Amino acid sequence: MELSLLEGNEAVAWGACHAGCHFFAGYPITPATSILNTMLRILPPTGGTVLQAEDEIAAMGYCIGASMAGLKVMTATSGPGLSLFSEHISFAIGSEIPLVIAEVQRLGPSTGSATRGADGDIQFMRWGNSGGLPVIVLAPVDVKDCFTLTMHAFNLAEEYRCPVFLASNKEIGLTRESVDLDGLERPTVMSRLPAGEDIPFFPFKPLPHKEVPGFLPIGGEVPVRQTSSTHGAEGYITIDSNEIAATIQRVKNKVETHVDRFSFAETLIEPDAETMVLTYGVTARAAHAAYKELKMVGRPFSLLVLKTLWPVPEDLIRKETRKAKRVVVVEMNLGQYVREIERILKDKKVDFLGQMDGRLISPDQIKEAVYD
Amino acid sequence: MTSLLNKSRPPVFCPGCGYDLILHALDKSFQNMGLQGNQIAMVSDIGCSGLFDTFFNTHALHGLHGRALTYAAGLKLARPELQVVTTMGDGGLGIGGAHLLAACRRNLDMTLLILNNFNFGMTGGQFSATTPPQATVGSGFLNALERPMDAGTVVAAAGAPFVARASAYQKDLSALLEQAIRFEGFSVIDILGVCPGRYLKQNKLTPKLIDQILRESEPLDGCVTKNARSEYGRCYREQAARQKVASPPAKVVPRFDPPQSGRQEVIFLGAAGQRILTAGEVLCIAGLTAGLKITQKNEYNITVLRGPSISELILSPEEIDYTGIINPAVVIALAPDGVTRRKDMFAQLNQNTLVLQVSGVKIPSTQAQVVPVDFKAQGIKKSDWALAALATLAGMNKVLTCQMLDAALEERFKGDTLKGISELLEKVMGQK
Ligand code: SF4
Repeated sequence: MELSLLEGNEAVAWGACHAGCHFFAGYPITPATSILNTMLRILPPTGGTVLQAEDEIAAMGYCIGASMAGLKVMTATSGPGLSLFSEHISFAIGSEIPLVIAEVQRLGPSTGSATRGADGDIQFMRWGNSGGLPVIVLAPVDVKDCFTLTMHAFNLAEEYRCPVFLASNKEIGLTRESVDLDGLERPTVMSRLPAGEDIPFFPFKPLPHKEVPGFLPIGGEVPVRQTSSTHGAEGYITIDSNEIAATIQRVKNKVETHVDRFSFAETLIEPDAETMVLTYGVTARAAHAAYKELKMVGRPFSLLVLKTLWPVPEDLIRKETRKAKRVVVVEMNLGQYVREIERILKDKKVDFLGQMDGRLISPDQIKEAVYD
Repeated sequence: MTSLLNKSRPPVFCPGCGYDLILHALDKSFQNMGLQGNQIAMVSDIGCSGLFDTFFNTHALHGLHGRALTYAAGLKLARPELQVVTTMGDGGLGIGGAHLLAACRRNLDMTLLILNNFNFGMTGGQFSATTPPQATVGSGFLNALERPMDAGTVVAAAGAPFVARASAYQKDLSALLEQAIRFEGFSVIDILGVCPGRYLKQNKLTPKLIDQILRESEPLDGCVTKNARSEYGRCYREQAARQKVASPPAKVVPRFDPPQSGRQEVIFLGAAGQRILTAGEVLCIAGLTAGLKITQKNEYNITVLRGPSISELILSPEEIDYTGIINPAVVIALAPDGVTRRKDMFAQLNQNTLVLQVSGVKIPSTQAQVVPVDFKAQGIKKSDWALAALATLAGMNKVLTCQMLDAALEERFKGDTLKGISELLEKVMGQK
């Protein structure tokens, strides 16, 4: 097999291009900068646009403008930049603007450690917006996932018209790996659905039998309105409480009620095991190593690796943990996603292993947590 | 010509508001230019100026405070044929300062109308970036302590090629707006007007006084000669078309057998400037030539020319799960910086680990098998030591073979660089 060398960040960029990304704006930040660099190599020669923004707020603003003009767009950052993204994440959620955000997490809080890994922004990605409406967050484990999940991220952003995050980590983004490029999973590319022929065009009226409005670009034949204010179907400010309630509920439902269609995960069930390790991101690699080692010595545990984190794939989690008596949640923070698991699996013993010091959680630590 | 004003949504400004005049002047300019609603995007900011987009039958984008110019730029880059006009108050001028300066420096073909009425109308008349210190506004004494900013001077200094000052009351406002919209590049007009709803409550400002302010200001009436240059979008597309299309990552044909079976972990402990990452990459490629799976993780300080540089590699015939170093086959001690950073590791090493110790680099006591090397004595530059260490390993048939190393160098380097490095490494390999 002919293999190639690729960093996670490079794989995100190539995945984006395969998904039809035509516009990228970003502000340099370790450890996400190589996404900007790679996009700059790939996009402009093929007619796309890459901008280096004056700050992260602007990076998102440029993406919002370009997305509303009809392009598939992406930006990339790390924790400190995500803080600045917040107001525009809220805009993109509430005004149904498709965009992809690659977040290559680094050790926080604040500027923290630029070159150390963490999964410390898992709740921040979900809740770092005003209004608290849902976003989609996918979590890659390795370079292959960076490519494939970025493609999925674009498809989901287009289909559900919302911001979609790739929750990467310095330990994936800046880790170089051998990859079989021809063997990469490449989902069918999807694009946002166009609006029907109805005149006048209502930018926020859902398509028949759908929860998502049809899209027309700003700059096209028909004048299009976009606004960050509370709006009705026509895209003008509304004070009609019934209309407001219906729109907000729709924006919530369109993402949350369909999570079963994009609940990406990998499960290894050991019939004799009482314990299941549940993890995500780069930690899944240590968990897999621990799984193989303990299986070999006859003390197996089951393993669930989540690749869709938000909306929480509750049905999948319930189904896959059915046989487990105890679930050990392992993550590179001091306890974030474990809150969701405790909420869902009230009938099970949920234990936690977390670490937030810039080091990877090792297979030995996981083995200990399973049999302590 | 037909008006582009939205008949079903007539303006709702306070009676006597200067914005009303600007709105109609802008409509007149659009008509005069023969523009249809779908040829224009109105981008509006927060505050009363943020209502502008709703009064026109055009494309419209209304977003967050101070960010209007960022949406405008995204639209314009995606749709160069679109006329993009942004309205922003003196509030947006302050909060969006970074975007304003960036837009001036960039020079995309779009127009910014600063609707300057010297205070925050919508939130209760607080002071803005342009409120005079002697004005009485909703911020107590605070505005008396700050110096107002002259938007025209600032944007001209930042590189905007078209800058004008205007009064909302001037008869030829529509002609000036048209000139700005037609200008190919970033055009800015600072339009002074009154806000009867707030500012006039406690301050005197009349069209006459506005004229006086304009007369007393440094004149700015359109093209700023020193800032004249090609439009950004045009230049961008020209430059982009000249860039080389990026080739996807190279595929490496597996063609050799690795010298050892099983997972091999290698760690370089060096310093910035020793080309640790390059040597790591060469080892990665060497692994690929033997059909191995690879991971490479690097650690360095953000000050790229100083401090430790560490590269951790795993080469394995199996899929690699955990990317951390557990039981290294080889530790290459190239500089005190890297060794210090990983000093705790040495006590845990056993006889199965080979430590290449470059002369002069002290290492903590260890049970590993330590092999001293003296690259300096061989006349090898410090920046080549990491690569030389690979040659030493190849000469010992440890982790990689000479064939694997040669093939990797050929994949990684070209021309004279390749020749230079190959000769150098041959010398090292030969001596082992
Ligand atoms: S508050 Fe001032 S700026 Fe706003 S509409 Fe009234 S007069 Fe005009």
